[in-house]
Amino acid sequence: MGSESDATAQVKKVSVKDELAGEMKGWKNFVDGVIDRYQGERRWLINMLFDIQSEFRYLPHFALEHLAKRLEVSLSEIYGIATFYKAFTLKPRGKHVVTVCLGTACHVRKSLAVLEEFQRALGIEPGETTNDGEFTLETVNCLGCCAKGPIVVVDGEYHGNMTPSRVRSVLKEVIRGGRDGTEKYRGAGDTPALAS
Amino acid sequence: MVLKNIGELETLQRSLRNEHSEKKKWVAVCAGTGCLASGAESVFAAFEKELKERGLKKTHVSMVKPTGCRGFCERGPHIVIYPEEISYQKVMPQDVPEIVEKSVKKSEVIERLLYTDPVTGEKVVRDTEIPFYKLQTRLILGMNPTLDPSSIQDYISRGGYSALAKVLNKMSPEMVIEEIKRSGLRGRGGAGFPTGIKWETTRRARGGPKYVVCNADEGDPGAFMNRSTLEGNPHSVLEGMAIGAYAIGASEGIVYVRNEYPLAVKNVENAVRQAREYGLLGKNILGSNFSFDVSVVRGAGAFVCGEETALIASVEGKKGVPRQRPPYPSEEGLWGRPTNINNVETWANVPLIINRGADWYSKLGTPGSKGTKVFALVGKINNTGLVEVPMGTTLSKIIYEIGGGLPGGKKLKGVQIGGPSGGIIPADKVNVPIDYDSLKELGAMMGSGGMVVMDEDTCMVDIAKYFLKFLLEESCGKCTTCREGIERMLELVTKITEGEATEADLSLLEELAGIVRDTTMCGLGNTAPNPVLSTLRYFREEYLAHIKEKKCPAGVCKALIRFSIEPDKCTGCGACAKACPQGAISGEKKKPHAISLEKCIKCGICYTTCKFGAVRRG
Ligand SMILES: Cc1cc2nc3c(=O)[nH]c(=O)nc-3n(C[C@H](O)[C@H](O)[C@H](O)COP(=O)(O)O)c2cc1C
Ligand code: SF4
Ligand code: SF4
Ligand code: FES
Ligand code: FES
Repeated sequence: MGSESDATAQVKKVSVKDELAGEMKGWKNFVDGVIDRYQGERRWLINMLFDIQSEFRYLPHFALEHLAKRLEVSLSEIYGIATFYKAFTLKPRGKHVVTVCLGTACHVRKSLAVLEEFQRALGIEPGETTNDGEFTLETVNCLGCCAKGPIVVVDGEYHGNMTPSRVRSVLKEVIRGGRDGTEKYRGAGDTPALAS
Repeated sequence: MVLKNIGELETLQRSLRNEHSEKKKWVAVCAGTGCLASGAESVFAAFEKELKERGLKKTHVSMVKPTGCRGFCERGPHIVIYPEEISYQKVMPQDVPEIVEKSVKKSEVIERLLYTDPVTGEKVVRDTEIPFYKLQTRLILGMNPTLDPSSIQDYISRGGYSALAKVLNKMSPEMVIEEIKRSGLRGRGGAGFPTGIKWETTRRARGGPKYVVCNADEGDPGAFMNRSTLEGNPHSVLEGMAIGAYAIGASEGIVYVRNEYPLAVKNVENAVRQAREYGLLGKNILGSNFSFDVSVVRGAGAFVCGEETALIASVEGKKGVPRQRPPYPSEEGLWGRPTNINNVETWANVPLIINRGADWYSKLGTPGSKGTKVFALVGKINNTGLVEVPMGTTLSKIIYEIGGGLPGGKKLKGVQIGGPSGGIIPADKVNVPIDYDSLKELGAMMGSGGMVVMDEDTCMVDIAKYFLKFLLEESCGKCTTCREGIERMLELVTKITEGEATEADLSLLEELAGIVRDTTMCGLGNTAPNPVLSTLRYFREEYLAHIKEKKCPAGVCKALIRFSIEPDKCTGCGACAKACPQGAISGEKKKPHAISLEKCIKCGICYTTCKFGAVRRG
């Protein structure tokens, strides 16, 4: 769990990458907008973090720094909170996010085997992103969809009754551009992680 | 439209009811998370399109309505055609034209889309005739299948908010508390604390403003009754909270709902907005002196935040770390003020009790546990879903009659109840009536009501390991004994699953369990040893098999199993070789295959792939 020193280490690690992202225009306006939406009240900090994360898909250092300044809360406290809660991520996510449920119901139906197959197919551990920035693999402890378990969510789309043998076809589907096959952005062969 | 008094609410109710009774046929499409996951959205769209294109919207069907979760999510998407109540399951968009032609236009039944009873093999037309539903008493979930959760009018037309009106009109706060006390309602969030007494303590606490909180964190993995209620009938929870706030003297409410439930968040937020519009939340509700408003706060993915003092810290925008109690939240809660926290299901019971009376309510259940309880029946069970039954129903009724037994003719080994704080009920105890007290005696706990059914293929040591791993991840780390103790316990259990442990490790594990239970601050640590202690109590021989014989009888623990192919059963179809992610299986077509033990990672894919039972796990 996130101790204070962990949090500071995180600050250092992300800030380099963030300098590039910081060139993003209008981010300050966006963060200000979020703060104003909650009247700058500290009690809404977690909701603000949610809103910031849904815009950037992670919590960029520059946004948190600005937030800390405006709310007059120390940056390390904000990092403490951001690392405490699982919903927040301090690292940029890949284009596609694969979330495997490891809740009890899914576990009994062998979700671990599904997760391990994703790990092999993508060549990454949970919490990591493939080198090409395509996929991030995450886990969750129950989505309330247990009757359909094991559940895997890919880019917000739920896949029920998953089996290890379906893993690669689901990934290929994603690369092809979703279930309906529209929005083709890449050829399947382009993702080295899937070459095996 | 602001309802200025109770008369206006009743008038609205009547006119909505008349409007409804004039209605022709209508189609309910389940739009809960489970059914949406199986494509309910496109089924809904297909209905809209089909009816519009054929111009049937005016003549045959008054509406297609998205409804809340019916609890039988496994067989979704569900649709029901009213008034005939023709119920279809696993409906796909391509089925819709046929449904419209036959069932909507001519009220004919399409056999293939009906539910088939797994026991008798018979087709069932109406939900109410399916044993899964027939044997339940659905007070909390009852409205879900016909209610549009996004419409406050729909809720009002079924008598919604009349309990609030009754309270404001005819009851003093003390009377409300008395009624709740007499009903015998106990908290559905786990420990089963008497709700009326909690309310009274908060009412009597000095200082203000006071707060009421709805705990919708539902951190117990495998449980989804709170999701279903909040998503499918959000106003029932808000109405319960408003009644509670009136009784306690609170003016602000908070719904703390986990972020993993995006639809629940959306539906409650929408319900709050609508209730404000109708003057059912806000200042001077229904023209009374009572003012009360609700805000929705999202949990951010930490199990410990379900614990009330941690939840309070989280609502205040801090790290969700528990603190020492007393003082209890009823004395010093949010921002140091008296705060009453109840679970979603607890709140949803309140309007029912007010409407129908404590006498009616207290007739349901057992002497010590009143009313119904919703259980999430999951795992190795035929009918996976939400089961609402009176307290005191036996586990065997839930599993065999409502749940339809275990799939594949497998034998029941045990049922894990109460999630990470709970324990296992072994198969030979399934005839015990389930309520707060009997579960405690058996070394389990009601918890939120998650019921994970386990068959012979479930390893109890693995389950203990699973929960320890979960709890280690979720421990906030404040108590050393929790943080370190769980980790040591996990190490020991892992050692057992790897066949590296001795019997001395087992006694160490038990000793450690006692220490963690006794020396930690919050309920997470106090109950963390439960899964270990209860599996040890009932399945000790399984632990011993791992330790002494270096065997996992259920064939789960990787270090102790290996896969091989029985040559005389293998037809050489090659299916396993194709499925194996490691390329560990080789062999010529139509000749027996073989597994290379060096390459094999024991994923078990071949075992489930082989149709001929030729892959052996041992
Ligand atoms: C670690 C931990 C997690 C908990 N999670 C929940 C939860 O997800 N939902 C819930 O209603 N209660 C949860 N509880 C119990 C609450 O602390 C509290 O007792 C409950 O919300 C009170 O409501 P009730 O009286 O209506 O049961 C949890 C307790 C602990 C110790
Ligand atoms: S699938 Fe079964 S029968 Fe077919 S080759 Fe593999 S082991 Fe043999
Ligand atoms: S267990 Fe998995 S890796 Fe091993 S042979 Fe079977 S499919 Fe291949
Ligand atoms: S356990 Fe996976 S969705 Fe509930
Ligand atoms: S979501 Fe449709 S039945 Fe549960």
